[in-house]
Parts: sequence; C-alpha cells; structure tokens
Amino acid sequence: MGIRERLSGNEAAAIAMKQINPDVVAAFPITPSTEIPQYFSSFVSNGAVDTEFVAVESEHSAMSACIGAEAAGARAMTATSSNGLSLMWEMIYIASSLRLPIVMSLVNRAVSGPLNIHNDHSDAMGVRDSGWIQLFSESNQEAYDNLLMAHRIAEHKDVQLPLMVCQDGFITSHSIENIELLEDDKVKEFVGTYKPEHYLLNRKEPIAIGPLDLQGYLFEHKKAQAEAMRNAKKVIAEVSADFEKMTGRHYGFFEEYKMDDSEIVIVCMNSTAGTAKYAADRLREQGIKAGVLKVRMFRPFPVDEIAKALQGQKAVAVLDKADSVNGAGGALFEDVTSAMFVNGVTVPTVNYIYGIGGRDVPASDIETVYKDLVEVAKAGKAENPFRYLGIREK
Amino acid sequence: MNDLIEIRWHGRGGQGAKTASLLLADAAFNTGKYIQGFPEYGPERMGAPITAYNRISSSPITIHSNIYEPDYVVVVDDTLLESVNVTAGLKKEGAIIINTTKDGEYLKNALKNYEGSIYAIDARKVSMEALGQYFPNTPMLAAIVKVSGIMSDEDFLADMIGSFKHKFAKKPEVIEGNMKALELALQEVKKVN
Repeated sequence: MGIRERLSGNEAAAIAMKQINPDVVAAFPITPSTEIPQYFSSFVSNGAVDTEFVAVESEHSAMSACIGAEAAGARAMTATSSNGLSLMWEMIYIASSLRLPIVMSLVNRAVSGPLNIHNDHSDAMGVRDSGWIQLFSESNQEAYDNLLMAHRIAEHKDVQLPLMVCQDGFITSHSIENIELLEDDKVKEFVGTYKPEHYLLNRKEPIAIGPLDLQGYLFEHKKAQAEAMRNAKKVIAEVSADFEKMTGRHYGFFEEYKMDDSEIVIVCMNSTAGTAKYAADRLREQGIKAGVLKVRMFRPFPVDEIAKALQGQKAVAVLDKADSVNGAGGALFEDVTSAMFVNGVTVPTVNYIYGIGGRDVPASDIETVYKDLVEVAKAGKAENPFRYLGIREK
Repeated sequence: MNDLIEIRWHGRGGQGAKTASLLLADAAFNTGKYIQGFPEYGPERMGAPITAYNRISSSPITIHSNIYEPDYVVVVDDTLLESVNVTAGLKKEGAIIINTTKDGEYLKNALKNYEGSIYAIDARKVSMEALGQYFPNTPMLAAIVKVSGIMSDEDFLADMIGSFKHKFAKKPEVIEGNMKALELALQEVKKVN
C-alpha cells in the first residue's frame, strides 16, 4: 500500500521519471529545477534506468532533442524553469503543433528580468496559449502523481499533445515533506508502453513530419489541435479515475476545499492552495464560511465546471502569481471570469496579483483576502477588481 | 493540526543550519510524524545570515510559507544576536536555543524583549571534543531535540546512527564522532533563563 517517504519536490519528480523510465531525457540545468536532471543522470549512470540521457548545451536544444526523439517514436521527457522555458519558446510551439506527447516537469520560477531565481508563475503563464496541457501541483505528492499520469494523458490517441507538470520553485521543489510513493512495478504497469501510430523510424510507413503548412491547411491543423485539447478533458478525467482506483488519491480538474457550504472562495494554483486551506480553516473557527478552489488543470481550462462550482458564492477572489501587465487582470482571473460570464454566473469577483519573484505568502495575507471578500459579499459588488496582495506600499 | 511545532533556524552560510533542519525533519519523519524541512534561499555565500525552517505535526501539513510565529528558535552563531532579530514572533511559551559561551545576563540583555525560556550550549566545545573540528550543527540538532521534546533521547540517537550511516556512506570514520557530539550535546544544553 505505497511507500512512506520524505522527499523534496525535485526528488519526487526525479523518482517519478525513474519509475517511468522514458526512452530519452534531454535537459539543461537551471535553478530551481537543476536537481531533476542531476538526480536523473545519476539514475542513468547507476543503471537504474535504460534511458538515453542527452546532456544538451541549451534548453532550445533540450526541447529540440525531445521533439526529434518523440517524432522518431520514442517517449521523451525534460525538466526546466523560467528562462530555460523562455529559450525553448520556439520549439514549445513546434512540439505541440507536431502533436508530440513530450512530458515536461516545469519548476515554476519568475522569468527575468531583473534576475530572480524564486517562484512565481510567469514562466507557465507565458506558454499558456502554446497548446501544451498544463497541470499544477500543490505539493511534492501532487507533482509526483501528476507526472505518473502524464504520459497516459498526453499519448492518448484522442489527445497527442505535450504536457507540463508545474510545481512551485523552492517552495515545494526544495522542501522536504512526506510523500507516498508507488512501487516500481505498479508505475510501470500504470504508465504502459508507448505505441505511436505514426513515427519516423517506422520503415513500413515513410513519412515527413513538420513540413510547410500554408493557407490551405494550417487553419484546419490548428483546429484539430484545439479539438485535441478539448478531448484532453475527458482523458484526464479517465486517467485520474484509474489513478484513484490504484492509489485512493482523488484528482479532479480542480479541488473544492470546504465548498459545500462556502460563501466566499479563493481560487488559486500550486502551493498557495495549501496555505489557503490552512487560512480557510482558521476563518471557519471565527464562523466565516471560507472555501478554496484549487485549479489543477489549467490547460485545458475547465470552463463550465468552474463556473458551476462558483455559482451561488457571495464573493470570489482569484489569485494570480504572475502579472499579465495588461492594464487588466491576471491570466487565471481572466479565464475564471470569462468562464463565469459565458455560463451566466454573476458573482462579485476580484483579482489579486501576489507572490511575485518569491515574495513569501503567509497565511495572514490569505486571511486578509478572505476579510476583503466578506466586505465584497456585504456590498454585493467589488469597487476595484484589480488588486495586489503582499506588496510594500513604501 | 493542534500539535504543530514550528522551528526557525538562524545560522551563517557554511555552518550547516540547512542540513540540521533536514536531519531534524528526517528524525521526526522516522518517528511517524508529518514534517517539513526547508531553507530560505537568498544570495548564498559563506558567512551570510541564513534561515531554515521545520514544521512537525502528527497530521498532514498543508501550509507553505515561511514561519513567522515559531515555537522554537535555534541560533547556530551568537554573533547573529547583534544583527538579526532572532526572537521575532517567537512564542513566549516557546524557547530559544543559542550556541554561545556568553552568560545568562548577557543573553537576557541581548534578547531584551523575549519573555520565554533561553537555553545555551557551547557547541564549539562539544564539536571540538567529539569531532576535533568545529561543526556546530550536529550539537544544535541534539539541543533542539532535547529542549523541544519532539522525541526521546534514545529514539533520537537510535535514528541518527541510521541517518549518519546514510549521509556519511563515503566517510564512515566521522560517524562515531558525530554520534558522540549528539550524546554530549544532549547533556550540555542548559536553561539559563
């Protein structure tokens, strides 16, 4: 019944990769995800995996090597953070457009500049429209579990899209915490073998991948890609249900914490959700009906389901750990409010930009958001929806 | 969540405060607890003030932030008393444990507003005697276990021998000295106020 362990988020990701034992890993080290390829390369040299490890000279090459490997018919993985993902940018779009189910462990870190090595979500938000499935993880456990589910989702014939599993740099990547691991053979059986339908190394079917695609076809191909992203929802639900059967750990598109009778709700992603749960518990001791909606599946975005979950709340706050610098709200806020609007759900909703560049997020900060929501609920409307949390005023 | 213990470590880069926090997390994990052990990463360099944290509980821990109202504070280097507000937020029912040779009067003055218990240990003496070298983190690890009562001395020592065998697999000659440092420190840490 699982293996009780204590691991950092990076160790958890590396062990998931070891148990998955992909054909190819190509990576270039960058803080705070450096340890993942570091640990993995030791698994390679110790013979714990039979993966071809490609120590490339840049992240652009790391993604290129993953694309080459995946197109050839292999299962490929990588890990990166922040500017590493920025340098992959060109190839990120090519990976998803070529429908190559590469799996990435993205340890979220602020994108420069000025230089900052700490956590926010600006790296992940920068590629939110690139056609990658994006799963977010509150803890080392969720980072591990999401990686174990990743290939089954990405490689499914109705999906065939790359997938990134996000976790918060340093906050979970470098924190030792309890975790329950699965036995190697169980992971192997659950993940299964990769059997691509079309691939370059198939001598019986000579094909070209990624040639010119002009006015006559690109539009249709993009629509097919968008269709695959819609299909991913169903597949994510199926794979998560199978995972729950094996582990008892439930994963939905999002987690609703104490939302059965909640009146005010905070929507957020990754490690902050854990702190928000702690804060919600404290407020409930004061009789305030606080809840948390933690988004796990950010791409595809669960439009109807989120709108339904928020229907009937008296006030909602969406926390964005990346500023879209757009004179409007953060990415999660815009997606949540758009989902509510198209579903005819009207709840006063405010946005907080928070935790930028690793600014710590104490439970007391989250409690001030709930206190603000009590006021918004009382007024029935929000005067200023675009707010900051935890910023110094002087 | 009621039995949650929060510990903040203050040290200087190179003294092993981070390692000590991870070893404490390990030891508590092995007694069946839920644990967190994490450093606050800044511009890391030898000698700069650093902070590390532990949370220990018998139920799952979801909070992911630094610790602002610790139950215990461990100060690995007493020169920090002059530059860092080490008792910030420290609960008065809790305690602070300092690696120092200074007397109780001096420490009371240096921590002027702190109403809780103050413990002292000369980790240099312990380390030199046990290891012949100055590694303050091992004695401080034993000191926090003793003062906080997270586990019994016997359980702690039994567990640490396993941890050291793992950690020092490539230099087993230092295991005995480190164990001796722990044993000495369990005796040496004293309440001074």
